[in-house]
Amino acid sequence: MKTHWQILVVDDEEVMCESLAAWLREDGYLVDTAASGREAVEKARARDYAIYFVDLKMPGGMDGIETMMQVRRLHPDASIIIITAYATVDTAITAMKEGAQEYIVKPCNPEEISLLVSRIIKVKNLQRENTILRKKLARQYCVHDVISKNPRMRDILALAREVASLRSTVLIQGDSGTGKEMVARAIHYSGDRAAKPFIAVSCAALAETLLESELFGHEKGAFTGANQQKQGKFEMADGGTIFLDEIGDIPPKLQVDLLRVLQERSFYRVGGSQEVRVDVRVVAATHVDLQQAVADGKFRDDLYYRLNVIQIHIPPLRERREDIPLLAAHFLERLSHELGKDIGEISEGGLKVLMDYNWPGNVRELENAIERAMVTCRGASLGEEDFSFLAQNGHAAKVWAPPAGTSLADMEKVMIAATLERTGGNIKESASVLGIDRSTLYEKIKRYEIPR
Amino acid sequence: MKYLYVGAMSDIESGADREALAVVRERVSADFGAPVREMALPAIDFAFDRARRQYGSIPVLEMLTRICPDDAWKLLAVTGHDLFIPVLTFVYGHAQLGGRVAAVSLARLKQEFYGLPPNREIFLERTAKEALHETGHTFGLVHCADRSCAMALGTNIRQIDSKRAAFCASCATMLRRRVRE
Repeated sequence: MKTHWQILVVDDEEVMCESLAAWLREDGYLVDTAASGREAVEKARARDYAIYFVDLKMPGGMDGIETMMQVRRLHPDASIIIITAYATVDTAITAMKEGAQEYIVKPCNPEEISLLVSRIIKVKNLQRENTILRKKLARQYCVHDVISKNPRMRDILALAREVASLRSTVLIQGDSGTGKEMVARAIHYSGDRAAKPFIAVSCAALAETLLESELFGHEKGAFTGANQQKQGKFEMADGGTIFLDEIGDIPPKLQVDLLRVLQERSFYRVGGSQEVRVDVRVVAATHVDLQQAVADGKFRDDLYYRLNVIQIHIPPLRERREDIPLLAAHFLERLSHELGKDIGEISEGGLKVLMDYNWPGNVRELENAIERAMVTCRGASLGEEDFSFLAQNGHAAKVWAPPAGTSLADMEKVMIAATLERTGGNIKESASVLGIDRSTLYEKIKRYEIPR
Repeated sequence: MKYLYVGAMSDIESGADREALAVVRERVSADFGAPVREMALPAIDFAFDRARRQYGSIPVLEMLTRICPDDAWKLLAVTGHDLFIPVLTFVYGHAQLGGRVAAVSLARLKQEFYGLPPNREIFLERTAKEALHETGHTFGLVHCADRSCAMALGTNIRQIDSKRAAFCASCATMLRRRVRE
C-alpha cells in the first residue's frame, strides 16, 4: 500500500511545492510540504518520511544540502532526492557525496519521477519486509519459545540465555532430532548477534574438498569449475553465528583449518593468499561422543577443547517424556495452520500411544508422527488409531523385564537414582513421581547412598 | 440536480477536436451516471509561459474553480494546448484530487505530436481514457496498480495506450461509493 509511505516536498516556491505534492497525491502517497529547510527539519523531527524531495536553492540560511544533512542526522535511512533548476556538476557531486539518493533537474519528465519514487518505495517495502521477517524469526527461535518443562531442559535454556551474548564457542551434544539446531538458533537470536546472520552448515553432507570450499570460500581459478570468487560460510556469517552441525564428521585436514579459525579468527580462501578476518561465533553440534572420538584418535584433542568451552547436552525425548504432551500440542497447532486441517486436540488414547513410544528419532520424529497422523485423520481429534503406524515401526516401548537375579532393593535404588536424574535432583518432584513421601525418599537416598 | 459540465476552451475549433469533445461528453455521462451540460470557456492565454511555450495547468484550474457553475457537480475542461505543471515537463491533464474541476489536454494525444500520420480512432480512444482518468481524480480516485485500468498512471503515450477506456472492478466500486457520498 502506497499510503503507508509518506513523502515530504521541500521548496520555497509554493507553486513548485504544491504542484509536485498534488501530483504525488494523485499517485496515492501521503504528501506533506515544507516551505523552508527549517520547516522541513521540524517536520522530520515529528515524523519519519520515506522520501524527501528537497529543492537545492532555498533562502533563509539553510539550503537543500544543509537541510539534507540535518534530516539525515535525524533519519540516517531517509531517501533524499535533491531537485534543482540550476544543475551544475559541482552541486550534483556535493549532493551525492552528502548522501542524496538522486539529483534531478526540474522541470523533469513525469516518467522519471514516477520510476524514481516507485524504485525507492520498492526497496523500502523490501527492507520493511526483511525487518518484519527478522523479528518473526528471532521470536520463533527465542529461548522463551523453546518448549519444555523438564528440569534438565530448563537448565539448558537458562545456560543458553546466559551465554547468548558471549563470543565463547558452544558445543551442543545430543541424539539426532533432539533439537540441537533449535538450541543453537535460540542462543543466536537471544544474544546481541541476533540482527546478524545465522549460518548453518552440515559438515556430514559434503565431501572434504567441497566442505573446505563451502566453509572458507574459494578464489577464481582455485580448481576446475571455480569460475569466480565465492564467499564461504564463515564470511557470510561475519558478525553473526556459524552453526557447524555434525562436527564429529569433519575430516582431519579441515580440523586443522577450523582450529586455526577458532584461534586466529582468520583464514584463507581455497586458492587464496590473502588472509580473511572474521568476527564469527561458532556453535558446533554432534550426535557422537566427541570425547570418545578424541580417545580413539579420530578427533583432534586441541580442537575438542577449543570447541568445548561451553557444553550443552540435550537429553533424548524418552528421558523427558513430560514434554511430549506439550510438544505434541505445539506441533498440532502449528501444523493445523500449515496443512489447513481443523484438528483441535489429541485424545487421551492418542496421547497414551505417544507417551509409551520410545522416540528413537526424538522431537523430529514426534513432529513427523503428528504430521502423518494429521494427514490421514478424518475426525476432529487425533486418536489412538491415527498413531497405529508407530507400533508397526517396531520401536514401541517393549514390556520391560529386570535382569535375572535383581533384588527389589536393587530395583528401588536404580529407580530412585533415575528419577532424581530426570528431575534434576528435585526431591519434591521425584517424590511425587515415585508416589512416596519426601521424608521416605530422603531416608531411601540415605540408605542406598545415592549421590545427588 | 447536479450536472457534469464539459467545457470547451476557445481553442477547440478543428473538426477532430470537436469530435473529441463529443466523445468526452458521451463517456463521462455514461461512466459517471449524471446528465452532462456543455459550457463555453474563455481563452487561456493568461496561462501561457513564454519560456516553455506551454500553458500552466495550475492557473487554468484556478480559473475553472472561479467560474464553475453552482449546479456543477464537476467541471471538465478540454483544451488543444499543451499543459504543464512547474516541476514537470508536461501533463496530459490535471485535476483537483477530490475537488470539482479538471482539465484535459488533447495536444499529446494526437499521433501527429509524435511525428506519425493522424489516426482518428487512436486519438478518440486516448481522449476518452484521459477524460475518465482526470474526472476520476475529482472523485478522489488515485492511480491504480492495474495497468489496464483508466486510473493507471500514464506518464508516456505507451502507458496510455495500454490502458482501457474503463475502470477496473476495484476503482469502479470505489467510484460508486464516492458518487453516493
